[in-house]
Order: sequence, then structure tokens, then C-alpha cells
Amino acid sequence: MANHPPEIDAATGRSTTGHEWDGIKELNSPLPKWWLYVFYATIVWSIGYWIVYPAWPLVTGYTKGLFGYSSRESVVVELDALKALRASRSTALASASLEDIQRNPDLLTFALAQGKAAFGDNCAPCHGLSATGARGFPNLRDDTWLWGGSLAEIRQTIAHGVRTGDDRSRQGSMPALGGPNGVLKRDEVITVANYVRSLAGLSVRQGTDLAKGKELFETNCVACHGADGRGNRELGAANLTSANWVYGSDEATIVETINNGRGGVMPGWTGRLDDTTVKALTIYVHALGGGQ
Amino acid sequence: MSLWNKHAILEKNSIILTVGIIIVVAIGGLVEIAPLFYLRSTIERVEGVRPYTPLELAGRAIYVREGCYNCHSQMVRPLRDEVERYGHYSLAAESMYDKPFQWGSKRTGPDLARVGGKYSDEWHVAHLANPRSIVPQSIMPGYAFLSQAEVRPEQIEGHFISNRRGGVPYSPEQVANAWGDLRAQVNPDAPTLAAFQSRYPGAIVRAFGGNTSAAANGTVTEMDALVAYLQVLGTMVDFRTYDARANIR
Repeated sequence: MANHPPEIDAATGRSTTGHEWDGIKELNSPLPKWWLYVFYATIVWSIGYWIVYPAWPLVTGYTKGLFGYSSRESVVVELDALKALRASRSTALASASLEDIQRNPDLLTFALAQGKAAFGDNCAPCHGLSATGARGFPNLRDDTWLWGGSLAEIRQTIAHGVRTGDDRSRQGSMPALGGPNGVLKRDEVITVANYVRSLAGLSVRQGTDLAKGKELFETNCVACHGADGRGNRELGAANLTSANWVYGSDEATIVETINNGRGGVMPGWTGRLDDTTVKALTIYVHALGGGQ
Repeated sequence: MSLWNKHAILEKNSIILTVGIIIVVAIGGLVEIAPLFYLRSTIERVEGVRPYTPLELAGRAIYVREGCYNCHSQMVRPLRDEVERYGHYSLAAESMYDKPFQWGSKRTGPDLARVGGKYSDEWHVAHLANPRSIVPQSIMPGYAFLSQAEVRPEQIEGHFISNRRGGVPYSPEQVANAWGDLRAQVNPDAPTLAAFQSRYPGAIVRAFGGNTSAAANGTVTEMDALVAYLQVLGTMVDFRTYDARANIR
């Protein structure tokens, strides 16, 4: 810690730091002026920031800043402004019947736009961005509807869901008919699965006794799926004669369905989404493939 | 120049420098952190937020273990577009029993703060096993092994003790019954169900991972636990009764 007089570099006239590596000495150059003043400016800026915005915690609260800014306040204001912006049309949307919305081109455009946005945020993860579904999650673009494709039916399904705790949700599920505790034996399950494929006009495994399959179908399946296999929308029983399958039409998948049953759940959206959004979604989904 | 030259004392003595750094950081900590413990504006007063059930807590530990927070935040910020997409902005009270919180800092995937109840259990199970089977454009890794991995008692006991030490108000009864409660939550026929529900009012009971027969036999998989955790996220506060304006402060 001895204080040596600073060594002066002959070439630049500046002092050195006294550090030396391989004969090269480090100059004690001052910071560039522009850098230094920008640094001071940021310090001044931060003091201004403390004054303008909420900053310092105190004993019972905190400094609120000159304008009392609060991010929670501002989001409420923004949401109110959004509501006001949409007010004229969304009031009309809220009061009009679903059929009236479809007849009014202006409202229809608005409902479809709002429905599309809400669909992307809430429905697309299961039903797909283009609403073509995935295994276990129905395709909404075809004309096969488990619970009905009319405006009122679609609205009920969206609002109250499928197999949820909601009193008005869709109820009814495919029971497990095979497996160790089931009423059908392993070979019977395969026979009836092939009979179900024949209903849809699909090829059946060679040597399948379709008469036996029909008999088993009539004993175990017709109560829900109907004698002709066209299903029952009251119970969400699938139409087995269509080309559209929620879980798949190959023999293995049908066997799995009969063995273990099915009971897919769709959440009800009342509470999470407001009524107007549910209406807009109904209009949007109906436009995709509804009607029946 | 004299004052500036004094700085050389700090720069040339590592111990003095270290002590100086500790003093400066301590002042920063006292000013920034300490007030959060006593200011009433830190945490909103809300109803409904309860400590996690054993199953949810086990699921939360799996969420942390698998690094879900690297891609998913749990923080709906008070911004219009986020509130429009995800629902009500997150409240501090909603993560008061999260030790540590899972707010995250980056969204490669969507925010999960309000994912509870948004999708079905089947969706979560299928999506966790192979995300692209349901969402073709997804880049999330698959976690199919969770359905094979059983939750073991030691995965939950330590978490309860450490959470309790960290200030989560688990009662001694809740700690003592943690393992039984964990198995009861996946089995609607469990004999201890009523006791479980009295310990954790409002908790959902079902075989979250989809394997009802295994759940009835007392086998709980990590899939059960993780899905139970995901399904409770953001659902504890009933926002129909929450007054956003009263809590602006």
C-alpha cells in the first residue's frame, strides 16, 4: 500500500495504472465523456421515475407516484374501454336470439369474428385450430353430431359441457362391456366389433359370424345405439353407420371401446366465458358444420 | 479527487470490498423485500385459497422436477390481451401457498395460471403422453412415462414437512394423513373420502390419470398427481365474488 507517484506514459502523457504484462503497461485513461454523461443521465432518469411512478415502500404503504399509476387500475380501464367499443353490437348480440343473429348479416359477421377468436383461445387445443378434432375429440366440421348440431343443442353443449358436474351437462356414457367383469367374452367382443364395422360398410374379419354379431348387438347395444345403429343424441350414443369416428374405426379401437367403455369429458364454459361469448361460439361452431 | 482516491482502499482490499458489498446488498434487501412482509397491499384478501392437497402437492413437485416452468408461466399479467385470452389476471394470494411460486419468466408454451378446468383429464393425459397426437404444431416433449411411474410415500412426506416449515398452514392432522389423503383423492369409493374432503374442502376427487381400477386399488401414478395439480390451477378464487376495484392499491 505504499503510495508511489503515478508513472506517466511518455507517448500519451497519461498516468499508468502500474499494472504490467510482458512489458505492456495499462493506461489509466478516463471513461469516454459520452459514456459518462449517459450514465449520469440514467441516474437522473431513475430519480424522475421514483417521483412519477409508484416506487418506494414506506411504513404503511408505498409512494404512489405523481399520477397514481396502477397496472391493475389501467387494465380495468382498458377492459371497460373495450366493452364500450363493442357495446353497440354486443348488446345486440346479448339480446338477439341465435336465429336472429344468423339472419342479421352485421351481427353474424360480428358473432363469427368473436366466435373465431374465442374458439382459438379455448376450443382449439382439443378440437384443433381448424376444428377437425383429434382422436377422442370430435371433428366439428363434419355433419355427424353426438349431441345434436342445431343452434340450441350446440349452445347447451358449450355452456354446460359433457359429463361434467353441471346439472345441465350432457350425461350418458358408453359402459365397459368386455374385460374381466364385462358381460361380453373376448371372442364376443371381436364378433360384435366386426358387426359394428359392417354397419358402417367397412370390411370385416374373415370368418366373422355376423348373425351372431347382430344378435349380440341387439342384446347389448341397441338400447343406446338403436336397432339400425344410428345412435341416439339424447344419450350421446354415436351413429355407428357414418364415416365419422371419434376414437377410430379399426377393429382394435372398436374392441378397446367395447371393452373399456368411453366417457369423454368436455368442460362447461359457463362461468369461464360470458353468455355473449358462448353465443358467438355457438354461431361460429354452427357455421363450421352444424345444421342437424 | 481526494474522495475518489479513497475508493482505491476498497479496490485494493478484498475483505473490505466484501464487507462493503454485503452492506450495500443488505440495504437493498431491507428496502425492497422487508416491506413485503408487513405491507397489507402485498397480498389481496380473497376467499377460497387453500393449501394444496397431498396429490396436488405431489403433482406440483413433478411439475417442478420436469422443469415445466422453463416453458410455461403461471402469471396472467394485468394486460388487456392476457386477460382476454387467459381470464382474470393472477393475484398474489393465488400463489401464497406456492413454495416457491411458479410464475416463470418465459412462455414457450401458453400460460398455465388458469388452466384448471379448461380441458378434460383425458386431454391432459393424452397431451402429456404425446402432445402432437392432439396439437400437431406443438413442440412440447412427451411425458408418457408419468403413467407408469407410481407415486411413493417418500415423495410426499418431506414436501409436507418443508412446506409447513415454510409457512404453509398444514395442520398436524393433514401432515399425519398425507399419504392416505393422496390415495383417497383418486378414488371416489375410498372409505376415508369424507375425512379427506373435510380436510380439503372443495378438492376434486376422481381418477385424474384415467386408470380408475388402479386408483381404486390404491395405486397412484405421477400422471394422476400432475393432472390433479393442473386441474386445480387458478380455480380456487371465485372471481364472480372478487371485487377487482376494491383490491386496486
